[in-house]
Amino acid sequence: MLFGKKTLSAAQQEFTFTRRTMFIGGVQAVFGVVLAGRVGYLAIAQNEKYSLASESNRVNLTLIPPRRGWFIDRNGKPLATNRTDFRVDIIPDRLVNADQTVADLAQLLALSPEETARIKRDIAKSAGMQPVQVAEGLDWDRFAAVSVRLPDMPGVSPRQGYSRYYPSGPAVGHLLGYVGAANAEEYAKTKDPLMITPGFKIGKDNLEKYFETTLRGKPGAKRVEVTARGKIVRDLESQDDVPGKSIRLTIDADLQSYAARRIGLESGSVVVMDCLTGDILAMASMPSFDPNSFSDGIGVSEWKWLSGDDHVPLRNKTLKGLYPPASTVKPMVAMAFLEAGLSPNATAYCGGGLRVGDRFFRCHSRRGHGNVNMDRAIAQSCDTYFYYYAQKIGMDKIASMARRLGMGQEFDLPVQSQFFGTVPDPAWKLKKYNEEWRVFDTVNATIGQGYMLSNPLQLAVMSARLATGKNLMPRLLLTKDKVQPKSLGFAQEHIDHVRMAMRNVIYGGGTAGRARLPLENIQIAGKTGTAQVVSLEKGDGKNTRWKYRDHGLFIAFAPFDDPRYACSVVIEHGGGSASAYPIARDVMTYIYDRAKGMEALTGMEAGWGGTPEQRMARSLARWRASNAVPSTDAERSEAEIKKKQEEQAKARSAEAPEALQRKKALSQQEAEAENARRAERLSATGAENSDAPDTSPSPAASPQVPPPAAAQPVETP
Amino acid sequence: MNSIVPAPIARLNWPIIVLLTAMASFGATVLYSAAGGAFMPWSAPHMIRFFVFLIAAVIAGHLPLEFWKRVTVPAYFIILVLLLGVELAGAVRGGSERWINLGFINLQPSELMKPTIVLAVAFYFDRLPASRVRDWDAMAVPLAIMALPVTLVMLQPDLGTSLAVLFGGVVVMFLAGTPIRYYVGAGIGAMILIPIAFFFLLHDYQRNRILTFLDPESDPLGTGYHISQSKIAIGSGGITGKGFLDGTQSHLDYLPEGHTDFVFATMAEEWGMVGGLAILFGFFLLFKWGLTVASNSPSRYGRLVAAGLTCTIFFYAAVNLMMVVGFAPVVGIPLPLISHGGSSMMTIMGCVAIILSIERDGKGRYRNFN
Repeated sequence: MLFGKKTLSAAQQEFTFTRRTMFIGGVQAVFGVVLAGRVGYLAIAQNEKYSLASESNRVNLTLIPPRRGWFIDRNGKPLATNRTDFRVDIIPDRLVNADQTVADLAQLLALSPEETARIKRDIAKSAGMQPVQVAEGLDWDRFAAVSVRLPDMPGVSPRQGYSRYYPSGPAVGHLLGYVGAANAEEYAKTKDPLMITPGFKIGKDNLEKYFETTLRGKPGAKRVEVTARGKIVRDLESQDDVPGKSIRLTIDADLQSYAARRIGLESGSVVVMDCLTGDILAMASMPSFDPNSFSDGIGVSEWKWLSGDDHVPLRNKTLKGLYPPASTVKPMVAMAFLEAGLSPNATAYCGGGLRVGDRFFRCHSRRGHGNVNMDRAIAQSCDTYFYYYAQKIGMDKIASMARRLGMGQEFDLPVQSQFFGTVPDPAWKLKKYNEEWRVFDTVNATIGQGYMLSNPLQLAVMSARLATGKNLMPRLLLTKDKVQPKSLGFAQEHIDHVRMAMRNVIYGGGTAGRARLPLENIQIAGKTGTAQVVSLEKGDGKNTRWKYRDHGLFIAFAPFDDPRYACSVVIEHGGGSASAYPIARDVMTYIYDRAKGMEALTGMEAGWGGTPEQRMARSLARWRASNAVPSTDAERSEAEIKKKQEEQAKARSAEAPEALQRKKALSQQEAEAENARRAERLSATGAENSDAPDTSPSPAASPQVPPPAAAQPVETP
Repeated sequence: MNSIVPAPIARLNWPIIVLLTAMASFGATVLYSAAGGAFMPWSAPHMIRFFVFLIAAVIAGHLPLEFWKRVTVPAYFIILVLLLGVELAGAVRGGSERWINLGFINLQPSELMKPTIVLAVAFYFDRLPASRVRDWDAMAVPLAIMALPVTLVMLQPDLGTSLAVLFGGVVVMFLAGTPIRYYVGAGIGAMILIPIAFFFLLHDYQRNRILTFLDPESDPLGTGYHISQSKIAIGSGGITGKGFLDGTQSHLDYLPEGHTDFVFATMAEEWGMVGGLAILFGFFLLFKWGLTVASNSPSRYGRLVAAGLTCTIFFYAAVNLMMVVGFAPVVGIPLPLISHGGSSMMTIMGCVAIILSIERDGKGRYRNFN
């Protein structure tokens, strides 16, 4: 029918027409229904999706970086706050003449050519409304200079912002860490647009990094209605930022600052703990960096200046400095003896040393101490007494006591990393070196040398636990919960013996007589330690090049009969414990009598050339001068330097933090291995170790070296 | 009949005049909003143009059908010459040419060809004896009639208009009773030819339009932008719309061509699905009227022309709406009576005028018999 050849009459033709017209009408109806269905689908089923799309077209969001939560000390005093500063950004989409505007700004703000190039680069790759930073940390004058010319410079946005401020500067650098602009990697991880918002900083180290989520807060948002071409139609209601939560630390800001300043020109650390709660009251590592200048973006030159310093201002020595604890372990060893049943009255004869096997181990006193009991052995730091009884009691008991007191322990602290050192025992040595434990290993360990390594925090914990007999756990976060440290199970009379012996270190004709507190009725107890850095062939550890000098250590608590505060002081290459205990004395004095403590410090600082900040500023200037850093850098105004640093902060994310990261990445094992290697090299060649502050000589590693040369803690009475 | 209204006025087809006026007014309202709440530059000219063309159409609607039959052949050839002229002018001056400036009006001959092709093909089939309609060689003439203008318009290049011209002619051929098998065969042939045309005949920008139609989100800021933004406008309007003058897609310039090709999206954003259905219903009434006139027309020429012209208007509306809702590639075809633009308004009202004329012709004839 359809395909057959046929002819049509006019009537048939009309019928065909009607039928086909109906067909076409039907097709039209189908189109109508499909279109109606489609419009319904878009408008009803997809309404939410497209409403959102329409809103995101219409509304442009500019994030306002949230104010960062504060760090406050135990008394509510600020350790890290936010300071109002001024900044200038560019909104690329609103620029009329980009080149001219950048050139004008460069002139107004005295931007360097590199900085100008950086801004142009950022504008070129920016996504329209995303602001590009021109400068931050501006003073009022420069800010005002830009603000008044605003009508001629569309697209320029001068704003008030916040920058991190650490009132105590370098004193809290290592403790708190610092903040900085997120780098490309950090942005890639979250894709959070806040990360690339100018003025937004994230925690880059230690507590600032650890508590990032708490401190950050929620960004505010400035909402504007914009046309497709980016023209602003009107401002919509903006949302305020929600500041981050503050974090209250156990730190005492004044004490922290005092301890840091009291370290003076030395390279060292001070840790102060509360003996009732384990609260860390101060944890200072000096020299340090100024987290304020880090937060503004540190210059390459400043970075080089810091990393080139042999006093390692970039290392947090309280947690990542590992030192042979030397004689500071003696009260701990004595406690092990007492718990093993040794009478405190048992004596050993010291004739200047002890023959162990075929070697002679010297006491630091060549003349010998004669007959010594435990009390005198601690007070006068007699090595022979400990050599003698350690062999009888055995290393396992000593090592177990060391661990109970916190040596080799990694504490639950909100920090980036801690090196927790080594408490050697036969099992450890077999596993690590596949060697039998030898008697001279015990002998070395009892005087805190050989393989034994610990960090200053562990020393403070050891001191606090010895003083109280309680299993105190150091803590940095001040919480409301009542801390009830468990007893370590020591007999009270044993604790009393150790306390008295340690008191006698200062008040009983011991090795630290000058450490007595200038206070009426508070007596301090302590123990000195001197850790050898290089073999004696290099010198006597005192009158030699700085880096070959002995480390000075001191652990203490006060009052001796009812311990309230414990502390440890470690001075790298201090030439002996005499460099350490005066610091402990002054810090303890300051705790009880701030005026008296400060008086002592002020006098000393006059001789040192001012506060750490003042000294750092001069040192940096000197460094710049001698390293021929472009004079413009030094001469330019402070604001400019900051700006320069901004730019370099970007470079820093490529350079410097890698160095930092490498240091951080150095794991505990590597640190140990490194130490062991150094020790071997040292004793094998008797030589060169130049940059190894935490090195201890180890005769065990190379028996051909005469033992006395290796294990010879020297005490300065 | 009330004597207050003169008989000639009362006899006018008021329902269709009201329908057209309502649709054009709604269009003017949308254009008023698209201009940011102003009568200029689109809304007022739209309305003025509409009324001028409406009056012209009503008057022309009184012309006898015989008049249209008589002008068909000359009109076809004159417009063909004009198309050729446009093409030559374009070749001389370079670039794409569609307009001829006659001094008082910018004439787009391809636009005039849309109704004219319907007249021309209908004219041919009206003359063709019924017994010859199913001969294959009888198809050669109308195909040639279509091929000339379609080729010329294609060369401009104006894919949308050339398809509209082709569509008008083919619909008349189909209604004339030519064998179905040719259409089935042409459908199969098109399926084979379309890919070839796509790769060899189309210009790059035309090819891109089709490619982005197939996947508009692939390039949301480039050529897919139109369709994406149009869908956002319609979708965000919801059922009742964002309210008159409250559309953001159109007012903030996210929606391109919001007053011409994408006027439906502008409307739907502010009036919602309700507005969209109203427009669809308006077109439904218009097409129903057109096809009814065709069915009632006593002459073969009248039947073919009325149905063909209805389909020409339908082609405009359908292609535009399919494009706006994301079902067809972006082809520059405006929405009849709603979009801003004189040429399309003139064409549509020209079609309406001829249909009115056919309607009167039929009524007159029947009245005579009564």
